[in-house]
Amino acid sequence: MIEHLPILQVVVPMIAAPVCLMLVNRRLIYLFSLAVCWLSFAISVALLGQVLDQGMIRYEIGNWPPPYGIEYVVDPLNAFVALFVTGIAAVVMTYAPKSVAVEIPEAKQHYFYALFLVCLTGLLGIALTGDLFNIFVFLEISSLSTYALISLGNSRRAPLAALQYLIMGTIGGTFFLIGVGLLYQMTGTLNLLDVSMRLRELALVDEEGVYYFQQTRTLRVALAFMTVGLAIKMAVFPVHNWLPNAYTYAPNVVTSFLAATASKVAVYALIRLIYTVFTVQFAYDLLPMRFELIVLSLIGIFAASLAAIYQTNVKRLLAYSSVAQLGYMILGVNMINPSGLTGAIVHMFNHAIIKGALFMVVGCFAYRLGSVQLDDWRGAGRRLPWTSFAWVLGGLGLIGVPLTAGFVSKWILLMAFVSNENWILAGAMLISSLLAVVYIWKVVEVVYFSEPSPKVLESKEAPWSMLVPTYVLITVMIFFGCHTTYSAGIARRAAFMLLGVPVE
Amino acid sequence: MTQDQLLYASLGLPLLALVLNYLFSSSPNLRDTTTVVVASFLLYVNVSLASLVFSGERVASELFEMVPGFKIAFEIEPLGMLFALVASSLWILTTIYGVGYMRAHHEENQTRFFGCFAVAIFSALAAAYSQNLFTLFIAYELMTISTYPLVTHHGTTEARNGGRVYLGILFSTSIGFLMLALAWTYQIAGTLDFQLGGILADAYASERVSTTQLTILLALYAFGIGKAALMPIHRWLPAAMVAPTPVSALLHAVAVVKVGVFFVLKVSVYVFGIELLHHSQISVWLCYAAGISLVLASLVAMTKDNLKARLAYSTVGQLSYITLGAALATPNSVIGGGMHIAMHAVGKITLFFCAGAIYVATHKKYISEMKGLGRQMPFTFGAFLIASLCIIGLPPGGGAWSKWFLATGTVERALDGGQTHFYFLTAALMISSLLNIAYLIPIPMQAFLGKPDVPTEADAHGHQSAHGHHDSIQQHDDHSNQEHSSGEAPLACVIPLCCTALGSVALFFVAGWIYEILLPITQK
Repeated sequence: MIEHLPILQVVVPMIAAPVCLMLVNRRLIYLFSLAVCWLSFAISVALLGQVLDQGMIRYEIGNWPPPYGIEYVVDPLNAFVALFVTGIAAVVMTYAPKSVAVEIPEAKQHYFYALFLVCLTGLLGIALTGDLFNIFVFLEISSLSTYALISLGNSRRAPLAALQYLIMGTIGGTFFLIGVGLLYQMTGTLNLLDVSMRLRELALVDEEGVYYFQQTRTLRVALAFMTVGLAIKMAVFPVHNWLPNAYTYAPNVVTSFLAATASKVAVYALIRLIYTVFTVQFAYDLLPMRFELIVLSLIGIFAASLAAIYQTNVKRLLAYSSVAQLGYMILGVNMINPSGLTGAIVHMFNHAIIKGALFMVVGCFAYRLGSVQLDDWRGAGRRLPWTSFAWVLGGLGLIGVPLTAGFVSKWILLMAFVSNENWILAGAMLISSLLAVVYIWKVVEVVYFSEPSPKVLESKEAPWSMLVPTYVLITVMIFFGCHTTYSAGIARRAAFMLLGVPVE
Repeated sequence: MTQDQLLYASLGLPLLALVLNYLFSSSPNLRDTTTVVVASFLLYVNVSLASLVFSGERVASELFEMVPGFKIAFEIEPLGMLFALVASSLWILTTIYGVGYMRAHHEENQTRFFGCFAVAIFSALAAAYSQNLFTLFIAYELMTISTYPLVTHHGTTEARNGGRVYLGILFSTSIGFLMLALAWTYQIAGTLDFQLGGILADAYASERVSTTQLTILLALYAFGIGKAALMPIHRWLPAAMVAPTPVSALLHAVAVVKVGVFFVLKVSVYVFGIELLHHSQISVWLCYAAGISLVLASLVAMTKDNLKARLAYSTVGQLSYITLGAALATPNSVIGGGMHIAMHAVGKITLFFCAGAIYVATHKKYISEMKGLGRQMPFTFGAFLIASLCIIGLPPGGGAWSKWFLATGTVERALDGGQTHFYFLTAALMISSLLNIAYLIPIPMQAFLGKPDVPTEADAHGHQSAHGHHDSIQQHDDHSNQEHSSGEAPLACVIPLCCTALGSVALFFVAGWIYEILLPITQK
């Protein structure tokens, strides 16, 4: 059993999804999905433990050896990604029923559970598979289920937001597929490790031992297509415009899960592509990708943070903040040193927890107040003290205040920038944290220092079934702000592995 | 108890107070009594610790590694111990005072108030004991967060605006400059651990960093440590005065601002090293920045009619004395700076206690309204006078000694290598002391000697609108105006302020002892 963990991780939610549709009782569907999510989490914990003990695991599906069959490759990096994806899924699922009950029409609720599991399957598949085409397939699985999940929202604009995402997402998926095709044309294989080896064969080594490549136009185009495709999925600055609408109009549960996991998995895919498949020398020497990604992330960080400041819809505010935070991860990825990569990976993890928690807080407010407009939250601190305080804590994490997980990732990234003597990036990151103070505190002030709005006056504290999972995530966030062996420690291992240097 | 246990007991007791606060929140008497008891225990523990530290024993402990390579660790040195002693002993008095003040005012959310207070004390102690810059930074930030709810305690628009300035300036300086300074220091020195003689000294000696770079780094520290309130980043301190007076007393005269200047002193002594600062001349500009700041702040203080605002600007000025001590970087100036942490703490907390007591008893907060109040409140204004002497630096106030050592420091620098321009700073210190007299002494004098104005109803009204930005406290406490119209404030307010006033005199006589215990930090 234990050797089948890599495939079980993906197959369990996949099989469970259609089962959800067969169950009749809504309560039963919930309990079943909940069990599946926690089971997936347990699998991912076991898998991570196994990887940390034994090193990389290669699992041949159906015993077909690669390159004929599909292979799952699990290393510290993607086991770590699977861990937080399933972890967030489990917590969000625990939190879900009350929120789903008010935000999704009754007739569609069972679809929610099924689609949620399909989406989870897709994300886990992207993380664990060692096959390029398989990545595309899972990318589409997760995207298609996401479109449907977004359109479940009560708002009349939800289907439009879903359509907008559908168009962008399809372009992204297609670009990725074109890239995969070109790469296949050049290397004759789809297995990630195989592609990587073939690419090295294409490379020539000059007298000084430096790689250089010949006839690489096809490869360059392939890399460019795949990067743009993933960038759309990640919502990197100029191709981010689907994200605010999608996050705003999706049901809160869906937004919590997507915001925490979906874009992170795309970042993971990019890291995999640059570091494992193409190698740093290729990706960064032959394409001006590094410079471009850094500039775009910087613009994204500032533009999105500024946009967040001016939002009056709290979900949209957090959505813009997500675009900005993603910029940090991209910056870290582009540092090409262990510290920067560690920062990027750990920020994926930490930001997943923080953003998940914050959107869950929004869900708590929305459950009681029926609104995510800041104006309706006036004075909520008195009627919903626990919910409001959760916002403060989560917000401090997002700002990156010490003793929260956000600080850990910012500190590591800062050290990476400074050790590269990249003062502009260091300054930019610190200044943009201050913008986060502005948009988080804007909400805090409205919640605590305004006279209660009519909606607040007739409401009370959010139900415990929602608050407890929210506080679980908040606690986890504070835990990983103090103790980082299992966050930064693992991220560091993954970073050293990707760069092919032994851990110091 | 072993040394480690003492150390963690000292850090743990404020947190215990926090927990007990919330456990007993339904019964205010029990809650406040436990806080005082815990605070007394804390003082006992700290005195035991101090006897160890001052006898030269090394009290150190590593808690855990927070980020790979950066650990939370504690090691107590004399300066930190002195700061911890001051903070913990004043905590007891402030709690007693706070109980009197908050109850007399029927303030809401007292549990949250005293809870946040305990966290602030915890972070002050953690800062005092920190073994490296990383730990100190984290304690520093924790203090900003834990004091925000105290500053905005009233929950009014004015409190919100004050809190906005408070958080805005403290966060933007600490995240924008200080964090960068830490990262850069690590990049240069390869460590963030405090070391006598400075961790940057080696890099400077081997010319891995230029003087220009070090000057920029020093500026990042000087302006990044917003809590030291060096002009022009002092605005948060007057803004924080919207807080209830016990907060202004303990936090904005003792814990918060002292963490700031303590940080500056630590940076000077343990990061740059006074040798380096002295010889490379990189801190000369900081001496002048502090000199200008201390004179300007005193001038601004003279223009303030609101007593708390005047005291706030006075604090800005006095903090600059300590920054000046750190920047002068001679043994005497550093000791003077360290000593002034204690002297100013005891003096200024008394003044704030008095301001609060006057407000509780008479609801007056403008100096111009306080004429003739001395006969009604002799103890309060007597204490005010004594504490003023301490702040000004006149015997028998303890401040006399710290200012003496600071002045000696400027003279030493002036004589050293013929840098006579340092006499300007000596002059600045003298002028500032004169200004201190001018803005402090008239208050008790008018209270004792002046004749009270007998305002008509209309006059009182006109006065209020003249000071357009009235505190919200005024509004919801006007009803109690009658019952407090004569006599002193409640005993719980008067006793602590008498204690601290006596303390400021006592410090005058124990200054020699403080000098002895601080001496090791100036010797490599």
